[in-house]
Amino acid sequence: MIRPLTTLTLALAFTSTLALAQNIDAMRGDYPIAEEPPAPRMEQTENTDIRRKRNYPMQPPTIPHKIDGYQVDLNTNRCLSCHSRRRTEASQAPMVSVTHYMDRDGNFLAEVSPRRYFCSQCHVAQFPGNPLVENTFEDVDDIIARTSAAQ
Amino acid sequence: MWAMIKRGWVTLSRPSRYFSLGFLTIGGFIAGILFWGGFNTALELTNTEPFCIGCHEMENNVYEELKTTIHYTNRSGVRATCPDCHVPHEWTNKIARKVQASKEVWGKIFGTIDTREKFLEKRLELASREWARFKANDSLECRNCHDFEYMDFTRQSPRAEQAHSTGLADGTKTCIDCHKGIAHQLPPMAGVEGW
Ligand code: HEC
Ligand code: HEC
Ligand code: HEC
Ligand code: HEC
Ligand code: HEC
Repeated sequence: MIRPLTTLTLALAFTSTLALAQNIDAMRGDYPIAEEPPAPRMEQTENTDIRRKRNYPMQPPTIPHKIDGYQVDLNTNRCLSCHSRRRTEASQAPMVSVTHYMDRDGNFLAEVSPRRYFCSQCHVAQFPGNPLVENTFEDVDDIIARTSAAQ
Repeated sequence: MWAMIKRGWVTLSRPSRYFSLGFLTIGGFIAGILFWGGFNTALELTNTEPFCIGCHEMENNVYEELKTTIHYTNRSGVRATCPDCHVPHEWTNKIARKVQASKEVWGKIFGTIDTREKFLEKRLELASREWARFKANDSLECRNCHDFEYMDFTRQSPRAEQAHSTGLADGTKTCIDCHKGIAHQLPPMAGVEGW
């Protein structure tokens, strides 16, 4: 009694997988699992030096310049050679904000806090690619404008 | 001893008994060319990248690091090799640098940098020597390829344009002041000017 049922389930599962295989995943493109899709082209990092808007006040701003080969390790932090408090005059770069000098208890340190040392943990350079997944983020100002218009 | 030197000098200063003046002049000339050529050929040989990375200290440390940088691969396929950046082009500077470089070879023979750890320990000292040299010659080796006269600022990024049209253009800064670590990893930079 059990045997035919399992076979049926398996058969059903198999056909549905086949059906799915026709349309696996937009991110993979139309490539079956067993096949390797060709790698997309490497994009050029944007290096326009034009600061972008932030989507919300706490957002780490995206980096408007390329950071290829910038060394950040125990020995040295290339980013801070331009962005630290004492280097901004020579580099004309914006100083890292004061939150970078705070430890988790809100005390201000003399140096950039260890938890803010590895900049690319939070800040990333950008390239003009097509997003693979649609972004439904809404700016808070838009939401406020929409709701107050509705009222 | 003194007598020997004197005897030698007397022999040398006596006119030649067996060879004609012409033979001596031309022979000397040819010998000179051979010697000079040989010397320069030997020098040329030491002036190639395979020679520089012939010892594993250089191959495993600085060469491996260079491979990841823009001076090894880039879109135009123009490469900078070790001597392009480290050996001056004029003859006198070249010899002076070679003598200095023998000290680094010395360092190898006596095992002061024969492991990665020892190399890293020494790195600040080695790097500082290079920075001082670039500073003193106004980054001559960089300028052999990158001529300020022909830099088109309008084709550079705004950050580069800003820096090059101020500090570089008015001569207060030279390439190495702003471009340390362009070809290799940096040593601990605490206390180095500009970091
Ligand atoms: C040679 C100096 C220099 C270096 C090195 C440098 N920056 Fe910048 N950075 C600037 C300048 C100048 C700006 C201002 C906008 C511009 O000109 O690109 C900037 C802008 C930024 C911004 C945008 C700030 C904002 O308010 O929008 C971020 C984020 C940033 N940099 C992060 C980094 C990180 C992370 C690194 C290291 C990986 C780094 N920078 C290395 C000079 C530098
Ligand atoms: C843990 C995440 C995090 C790390 C790591 C971090 N940042 Fe930020 N950064 C932020 C956030 C969040 C903001 C925006 C809010 C603020 O100013 O705190 C910011 C703001 C900035 C700004 C803009 C400041 C201004 O006043 O406009 C700069 C420049 C910057 N960061 C550079 C750096 C650099 C350079 C490093 C590495 C030394 C770094 N950040 C490391 C999160 C981070
Ligand atoms: C053998 C010639 C040569 C020498 C010597 C040389 N460079 Fe370069 N440099 C190049 C080439 C080629 C490129 C890559 C150009 C390209 O394709 O964008 C380059 C690129 C650069 C860049 C651009 C990096 C980037 O990310 O866009 C900098 C900065 C630079 N060199 C600085 C220096 C400095 C400083 C020195 C002296 C220590 C030096 N160069 C010596 C040939 C040379
Ligand atoms: C006052 C500081 C300063 C000096 C001096 C300086 N540079 Fe630069 N250079 C910069 C900055 C800042 C950038 C842009 C950031 C980066 O590429 O990391 C840059 C970028 C470059 C680039 C890439 C150009 C681009 O559009 O991105 C090259 C090539 C270069 N420099 C070569 C040189 C050479 C060669 C010299 C010496 C003749 C020199 N620089 C002297 C600060 C300087
Ligand atoms: C584009 C120029 C350039 C090229 C090419 C280059 N170097 Fe360097 N080298 C430098 C500069 C500049 C320094 C000074 C330290 C620094 O800023 O990283 C240096 C430093 C060094 C040092 C001292 C230790 C250190 O890392 O600071 C050694 C050793 C060295 N180079 C060997 C080599 C060898 C071997 C090659 C070839 C595989 C090579 N270099 C290719 C520019 C260059």
